[in-house]
Amino acid sequence: MAALLLSPTLLVLGLVVGYPLLAAFRESLYRGGDALDADGFMVSGDRFVGLDNYTEALGSRFWTAFGNTSFFTFTTVAIEVVVGTAMALVMHKVIRGRGLVRASILVPWAIPTAVSGLLWRWIFQSDGVANEVLATDLLWTSDRWAAKIAVIIADTWKTAPFVGLLVLAGLQLIPNEVNEAARLDGAGAWQRLWRVTLPLVKPALLVAVLFRLLDALRMFDLPFVLVGPQKGSVETLSMLAWSEANQVRYGPAAAYSVILFLYVVVIAFVFVKMLGADLLGDKRKKGASA
Amino acid sequence: MKRALAMGIAAALVVTGCGTSAPEGSGGNDGRGPITFATLKDGTGTVPKLVEAWNAKHPDQTVRIIDLPEGADGQRQQLIQQAQTKSDTYDVITIDLPWNAEFAARRWVTELPREQFDLDGFFAAPLKGSDYRGKLYSIPHFTGAGMLYYRTDLLGRAGVTPPKTWAEMKAACAKVLALPEAAGISCYAGQYDKYEGLTVNFSEAVGSAGGEVTDDSGKPKLDTPSAKAGLDFLATGFRDGTVPSDAITYKEEEGRRAFQQGKVLFHRNWAYIHPLMNATDGSSSVPGKFAVTVVPGASGPGVSTLGGNNLAVSAFSKKQATAREFIKYMTSLDTQRAHAKGSAYPMTRTAVYQDPELRAKYPYLPVLQEAISNARPRPTLVRYGDASSAIQEQVYAVLGGKTSAEQALSTLQRQLSEIAQGT
Amino acid sequence: MTAVRRLAPLLGIGVIILYCLAPFYWMVVSSFRRTSDIFDMSVLPSPWSLENYQAVFSGQNQFTRALLNSLVVAGVTTACTVLLGTLAGYALARLDFRFKNLVLALVIATSMFPGISLVVPLLKLFSEIGWIDSYQAMIVPSMSFALPLAVWNLTTFFRQLPVELEEAATVDGCTRGQAFRKVILPIALPGVFTTTIIVFVVAWNEFVIALSMVSKPEMQTATVRISQFAGFAGYDSPFGTQMAAGVIVTVPLVIAVLLFQRWIISGLTSGGVK
Repeated sequence: MAALLLSPTLLVLGLVVGYPLLAAFRESLYRGGDALDADGFMVSGDRFVGLDNYTEALGSRFWTAFGNTSFFTFTTVAIEVVVGTAMALVMHKVIRGRGLVRASILVPWAIPTAVSGLLWRWIFQSDGVANEVLATDLLWTSDRWAAKIAVIIADTWKTAPFVGLLVLAGLQLIPNEVNEAARLDGAGAWQRLWRVTLPLVKPALLVAVLFRLLDALRMFDLPFVLVGPQKGSVETLSMLAWSEANQVRYGPAAAYSVILFLYVVVIAFVFVKMLGADLLGDKRKKGASA
Repeated sequence: MKRALAMGIAAALVVTGCGTSAPEGSGGNDGRGPITFATLKDGTGTVPKLVEAWNAKHPDQTVRIIDLPEGADGQRQQLIQQAQTKSDTYDVITIDLPWNAEFAARRWVTELPREQFDLDGFFAAPLKGSDYRGKLYSIPHFTGAGMLYYRTDLLGRAGVTPPKTWAEMKAACAKVLALPEAAGISCYAGQYDKYEGLTVNFSEAVGSAGGEVTDDSGKPKLDTPSAKAGLDFLATGFRDGTVPSDAITYKEEEGRRAFQQGKVLFHRNWAYIHPLMNATDGSSSVPGKFAVTVVPGASGPGVSTLGGNNLAVSAFSKKQATAREFIKYMTSLDTQRAHAKGSAYPMTRTAVYQDPELRAKYPYLPVLQEAISNARPRPTLVRYGDASSAIQEQVYAVLGGKTSAEQALSTLQRQLSEIAQGT
Repeated sequence: MTAVRRLAPLLGIGVIILYCLAPFYWMVVSSFRRTSDIFDMSVLPSPWSLENYQAVFSGQNQFTRALLNSLVVAGVTTACTVLLGTLAGYALARLDFRFKNLVLALVIATSMFPGISLVVPLLKLFSEIGWIDSYQAMIVPSMSFALPLAVWNLTTFFRQLPVELEEAATVDGCTRGQAFRKVILPIALPGVFTTTIIVFVVAWNEFVIALSMVSKPEMQTATVRISQFAGFAGYDSPFGTQMAAGVIVTVPLVIAVLLFQRWIISGLTSGGVK
């Protein structure tokens, strides 16, 4: 029964992700296209190099990208959790014009990343509207700290609604009686939020945060379009893999991808172990909603 | 104008002989039949018209255009992916001139038999850049060279003539910027964001100082005084305010905007901005108030860096005979003339620049021809992409004040030697 | 005090909406400017112009066709993903079997590999099985990008529903399948529709795969088309046209949210307690 229900999902995932993932693991152990024969043609064929692609990957550029990736992930996800939860509460509470409020909150998330990257690039250019409104003279798209801020602003703007949407769905599951009961017990608004509402939306929030973590760790388009490739202040691990692949070094590119994959696995594992008892635990806490 | 285009196309078809001159496909990959043409989208719609004209004459060898994504990164990514999968989706491909060596060495494009192509009348430099180890792999389609745009009104008022050297340019700035109406204007800007354009501007500065980034054999020449002088010109420009500080974010369009909004006096850019800045619909505040000349140099007119695209036959194409015929058609003089009438792209045959109708329409053509004739190609290296990244990394650091010119050049000299030898 | 209490949420709503819509507003305004005023800083375009919208739909671009392709790809992706995700989510939440955590871990692990590194292996695979230039070459990868989230989200969602409801239904003589369809699914609608919207947005905005797998113009999706908009001479990217196209591809999603939100808010709060 379970096998029947699960197999289509596993089949699709195996075909589209499982196979390329294994291919990348294999690729990361090979290297090719780095020698010319006497006539000036690239010697064809890959040769096995063991872990060389990995050991050579760990240079200073890697560590900068690793630092950026981690920094962007933790700052953006933290901001998104706060803003997204606030959005969900607002969407949940609002009575009049509910549809419009919800639709407008979802707009940032609905705009294709490539287009919103261009939009933010436009906003942040040296004579753009950001400098106009803020009355500043910052060079947001140059290779400096301002570029980091620009990426964080654009990313949180785009994805906080995603967190909001998932949390909102969790909020819908809380029976009104729970809140009523707490109110009758004399709990204030803040207390109800902290003691009743948030614990009950925790599973939904955790799923949202988990997937945001995975996405943020793989961040690529936004810094690429907004600031540009090969800029140390915003280069992420995905961008590093891209830039190797763009120079047709698929072995090293695959090594970067695999390292990133392992890093994501570790983060996700730690996250689920620390906070996610509700996510994986088989025993439902029956007491929670009573 | 439409009629001129149609007539040009008709003439071109007659000249190329409509595909009867080449030997018939000898089986294998050298067949004939419908092909695809992967190219950058043409906003003016001229290329589709040229292709339609070809299709009308070659109903059994029709060409279908495949648009590549805008921008060199997206274009390159698509071409690499198709080559990696040995896909025959693309038959004729559009490559950037500096990729010629790499695509040839990787056997992604086929050698083109010289005798099958009419190679007389092309600019020498782009044609030479289409060779790899003495063999021809692509045909120049578009070319281009940087030119110096200057404000005729302000120069006239200060009574200075267009500069030929960097020193003259700075002197001209000192005079013009002293005028009350020039308040808030900066002297000079090129393209200094960290992207391919920075490599172009750097090689131009080095070339204009009498040096070269790499010699003909691909060996770097950055440990020379002229290389130092070239980089110093850019670096001091940023330090002493000759170049506005936000030029570190300039690509072609940001630079154009600064010039057409009257924020800089001198500006290095390609030919495409000329008609845009002459627009009288209010978008430009300088229509009729500027002119072009060749870029200045250290001790005389400078040397600009060659831009441009080439057409090549994908090695994975099954219909290479048709593909070659189509390239011949696209790069023939008559097609180029028709093409130039439809869009402002700089063509690769010198005769196009003599056309009186085109000269009347694009007054910058004589200067552009001179600039292209003297222009130098970017380094011809199989690992060009790595070389360009290394240049961008070091030069950007110098312009941002993070490292010294000496340090950067000696690092670059070492890195480029490795890149030239590594493959 | 009561006035403050009543106004505070309104203020919160105002701030959040402003934050969400201000950049979008700039996008809309820019899309209505003429190419020649595109650098203006005025709050409203003057004059208003449909130039960019005309450019988007001009003959060469085949944008209507591209929108249709996007709709087909995103629609089929969403339907399949939500169906598979619901089945898998239910199984993971309610059925007892071994390796459950392993399955959940495997499913989410597929969201951990950088998307850009999937392209070349997939391109090789799809060339071999003849999928290039087909809808399924875009649909199947899009499904795999959205499935992990769909499965996880629905699993947590189903798990939170009281088991008692199902038990009651089985006692009333429903089979397990009937109990799922008649009792669980209606209550789970908010979760299912939230998932639907998320999956649809992910599929609608997918770009990298659609760009590489399809080269025939008549098969390309809207996001791919936007990336090919060209200016007058190569370097001048047509920003206004890109923004107009961005508005055009965003609006259907907003409408979808407006339509779907009826279902997002139903569920346990309204239906379950009956």
